[in-house]
Amino acid sequence: MLLLIPLLPFLGFLANAGFGRRVAKSVSGGVACLAMLASFAVSAVSVWRLTALPALPPGARVVDQHVFDWISSGEFHASFSLRLDPLSAVMILVVTGIGSLIHIYSTAYMHGERDAEYARYFSYLNLFASFMLVLVLGSNFLVMFVGWEGVGLCSYLLIGFWYVKRSASDAGKKAFIVNRVGDFGFILGVLLVYGRFGTVDFQAVARAASQVAPETAFGTLSVMTLLLFVGATGKSAQIPLHVWLPDAMEGPTPVSALIHAATMVTAGVYMIGRNAVLFSHAPETLSLVAGVGAVTAFLAGTVGLVQNDIKRVLAYSTVSQLGFMFLAMGVGAYAAGILHLYTHAFFKALLFLGSGAVIHALAGEQDLRRMGGLRKELPVTYWTFVIGAVAIAGVPGLAGFFSKDEILYRTYAGGHTFLWALGLATSLLTAIYMFRLVFLAFHGERAQAEPDSRASGLRSPELATSDGVARQSGEAAEAASPESPATVHRHVHDAPPAMALALIVLAFGSVVAGYAGLPHALGGSNPWERFLAPSFEEAQLQPDAGTGEAAGGSERGELALMAVSSVVAFTGIAVAAVCFLKRRDLARAVAERFPGVRAMLLNKYYVDEIYDAAIVQPIRLVSEHGLWRVVDARGIDGAVNGVGDSVWGSSAILRRAQTGSVRAYAASFFLGVVLIVGYYLW
Amino acid sequence: MPAGINAIDFYYLLPEIVLTAGALAVLVADVLLPRGSRALAWITVAVLGATLASLLPFADTDVEVANGLIAVDRFALFFKVVFLVSAIMTVLMSVRYLEIEEVSPGEYFFLVLCATLGMMIMAGGIDLITSFIGLETMAVSFYILTGFIKPNQRSNEAAVKYFLLGAFSLGILLYGMSLLYGLSGSTNLHVMASVFAGQARDPLLVLAVILVVSGMAFKIAAVPFHMWAPDVYEGAPTPITAFLSVGSKAAAFAMILRIFVEGLPSMTSDWQLLFEALAIVTMTVGNVAALTQSNLKRMLAYSSIAHAGYLLIGVVAGTPLGVSAMLIYLLIYTFMQLGAFTVIVMMRRADVVGDELKDFSGLHVRHPVAAFAMLLFMLSLGGIPPTAGFMGKFWLFRAAIESGYVGLAVVGVLNSAVSLYYYLRLVVFMYLKKETTGSEPTASPALALTLAVAVAATLVLGVYPRVLFEVAEKSAQTLGLGGAAAP
Repeated sequence: MLLLIPLLPFLGFLANAGFGRRVAKSVSGGVACLAMLASFAVSAVSVWRLTALPALPPGARVVDQHVFDWISSGEFHASFSLRLDPLSAVMILVVTGIGSLIHIYSTAYMHGERDAEYARYFSYLNLFASFMLVLVLGSNFLVMFVGWEGVGLCSYLLIGFWYVKRSASDAGKKAFIVNRVGDFGFILGVLLVYGRFGTVDFQAVARAASQVAPETAFGTLSVMTLLLFVGATGKSAQIPLHVWLPDAMEGPTPVSALIHAATMVTAGVYMIGRNAVLFSHAPETLSLVAGVGAVTAFLAGTVGLVQNDIKRVLAYSTVSQLGFMFLAMGVGAYAAGILHLYTHAFFKALLFLGSGAVIHALAGEQDLRRMGGLRKELPVTYWTFVIGAVAIAGVPGLAGFFSKDEILYRTYAGGHTFLWALGLATSLLTAIYMFRLVFLAFHGERAQAEPDSRASGLRSPELATSDGVARQSGEAAEAASPESPATVHRHVHDAPPAMALALIVLAFGSVVAGYAGLPHALGGSNPWERFLAPSFEEAQLQPDAGTGEAAGGSERGELALMAVSSVVAFTGIAVAAVCFLKRRDLARAVAERFPGVRAMLLNKYYVDEIYDAAIVQPIRLVSEHGLWRVVDARGIDGAVNGVGDSVWGSSAILRRAQTGSVRAYAASFFLGVVLIVGYYLW
Repeated sequence: MPAGINAIDFYYLLPEIVLTAGALAVLVADVLLPRGSRALAWITVAVLGATLASLLPFADTDVEVANGLIAVDRFALFFKVVFLVSAIMTVLMSVRYLEIEEVSPGEYFFLVLCATLGMMIMAGGIDLITSFIGLETMAVSFYILTGFIKPNQRSNEAAVKYFLLGAFSLGILLYGMSLLYGLSGSTNLHVMASVFAGQARDPLLVLAVILVVSGMAFKIAAVPFHMWAPDVYEGAPTPITAFLSVGSKAAAFAMILRIFVEGLPSMTSDWQLLFEALAIVTMTVGNVAALTQSNLKRMLAYSSIAHAGYLLIGVVAGTPLGVSAMLIYLLIYTFMQLGAFTVIVMMRRADVVGDELKDFSGLHVRHPVAAFAMLLFMLSLGGIPPTAGFMGKFWLFRAAIESGYVGLAVVGVLNSAVSLYYYLRLVVFMYLKKETTGSEPTASPALALTLAVAVAATLVLGVYPRVLFEVAEKSAQTLGLGGAAAP
């Protein structure tokens, strides 16, 4: 039964990869969507059956499926088996549910492609879903690793989907290479896990880990979890391995929504959640996780403030929200982190798909400065997008509020005041940059009609100055440049039915999804936490993991914190409204006042440049002048050619010995016998 | 040993009987069917299929029948499956090849069946006489098959060479066998083992071992008894080359294991030493000589010599693990080698021989499927994951290391590295050379089927080898135990 969940999309992949190019778009797209919907149905039934199982004793609410014995060599055993427990239940519902919606959305979004390309797109998308489901369902590190690498591959393939475009294929390579760094850490971590515990099964590892006392100093468990965390930073785009995610926006927008917002990038968070017991025994790593998460959340939020490419703003927002999730994991609030993962999947997928609808409507335009006033032309997109923005900003009553607030509360309750402050600041930033996006794209007037713009309508002073620095972020200009504003205008149309459907369903989800985690303080019972409890039970022995939930006294504190974050959210929206709706000159004035800060943010803290100078160029230099010219050409090639020549020479001799004469052959035979006998006589 | 065979023995010999009857039926059908009919090939496949099916009742049998002349055990069963599968693939390959060569099949398919019968008897033989008869049945069939393309001078030359040298080697083998009989007073391997068990090391016995090893080394084309192989492989009809390099080699290995593991356990240290030396020389000479070949059939001949060297590692290791590793490798080798030969057969056209390296240049443009299949077989022969060849080598080398033959494993790995050069050279020709003047490969349904089976096996056994491991382990265990007498 469980096997069907990843198998169905895989069959869809096989069908589209094999025959997709020969059939019409409706068939290839239909097959892909059906595969996902069927997988979703199976997932829903599986999860429903799972909930019917008793929640106690711990470990009872688990469904295992052993598919086959995979590797069995000496002491090492790994089976290919799948495991459904509350944690993976959440993940498969997100992957198949949101995945299905994005598949449906894609049938309309990608309609301009040729039949073969269309089928290629859907085959990749199905393959991705299949690997992602293997990742979350795998019952041991090795199966997870198969999915982990598989989604990386699909991400590469889909980012570079338009491979004829140089920037797209470069972005694909960048994502792949940066992920390699993380994956290397991850596999080292897995090896260490096996070395220490002698097994790679998650349950067995957790059981073994719970037997030992939490490490007080930096020991094996800390190294192990640190290596795993390196893997997580790669996959989930955390500092310092976050650089690939913004570039990954070169892929088609539904791909950004599915892979680079809702599912794959959360794999790192999921992995930590899956190994919560292991991580809670390594407090050193946990505090690092929390720190990296909070810092990533804040810095990415600041960069998001100034980006002009609509998808890049969302990309930084994703990095920032992922930072929140890691913060939650780091402070031991695993259920809260997973709740945020789940709500984020809804509203971030919604925002990406909404931005996709805008880009689709404007025939490829991605630059915010050339948008504006779309509210009237794209009502469905506008309203759903606003719901998404309100949800992510943390306005009370919507999904993002519950999850984000839970994280902030647990951070505060855990005594991490600084991290809490950082998180709160990030909330403010989130509200500002999201509503900057809303106001710039949907409100006001289309850029070319602005009174202060020049004749071309494109070269406003602000654009002229920022073009130089925004080179990296300005691919949008490249994409849209052949289109004159007039033709862009003619294309404007609201989302077609398939896209609108996905947007509306996701908008609905963005409103209600958070109620699963309604906290006690608001009269709820936090069913989320209870549902996930079996997955995290043994991890809760950490001393500072918020035990305040049960204590009645802190409920007032929680309410107070909620009020603070609500105020922050509204403040952010208000600031955005003032700066980007009422008095746009104000924002410009602020920017001109601090040109250094602005340049730094536009250039994303120069991280790409630092990597280029510190790693890429030295490697290139050493490779070209040291390794290639000297070591390779002289040393290795010399040795290889030397060996090769001598082997080749002896081969030629052997060849000459093969004369073709039967007498010679018989003689060789006889000589062989004589030699052996002679050896014994001698 | 008193003669006399029980009725029940015929039951255990059912597969051999089916095959013999089928072979005779093919001979008759050849006369009755119109010339050039493809039906004969399909009848042959049906006979082989029926034989395969008749093996089913013996899946778990472990008995000695016909007064200790033949063993029906899982070890024999494993080999019989290998022989029958490779025979089926050979026949499928042959249909089109014979048409292109304009040779009427005639006794061709009959002889293929006879050779298969001989191999099956070799695998089951636990008596020197039985083994020898099986060996002769197989060898004589191959002598004729090698020279089957009568108008082709190379084919004739190869047949004569093979026959002369084969007779020579047989003389040496028989000399060794007669010594064994003289020293033990029995031709039965188990009796022999118990006679020799208590004896002191006899120089004559050592001589007997040397002679038997030499005779058998000829059959597996181990260096320095290999000189016939390249000439015969190149001259013989391509499907026969394939069958020769797979079936006959596997049968000879079965016989080696029977004679030495079951019959001469007391001389283990002697024959292990001999085989170790042979393994090292064979691997090295085979691979090094393959480097400079420009003819693909010749290259594969040397490669098959080298593979005999790898397989000998399993014999040297001698443990059940070693034997099972050898069985695994033999089956894997069957598929990858036959697959490679299938592609060569596909390249054969009326005007082009298609077995030179340059015939393959730019193949991936002309026939991407054939090129990809060949790529897969070359990677597998070279031992690159995720192909089956990697798993096979992994188990062989692992067996060597666990039995303490680390040096042998190192030589094996180094040789694998050397071999990659010539395997990948073909890949370079297929994928990187621009000129695409060579012939267009053609695929008949039978060839396509053979290729598909070989590709599937090469991939599946590479990714999921577990079932094969288990079967091979069980089969290896029955060797040397000496089954119970037939009821």
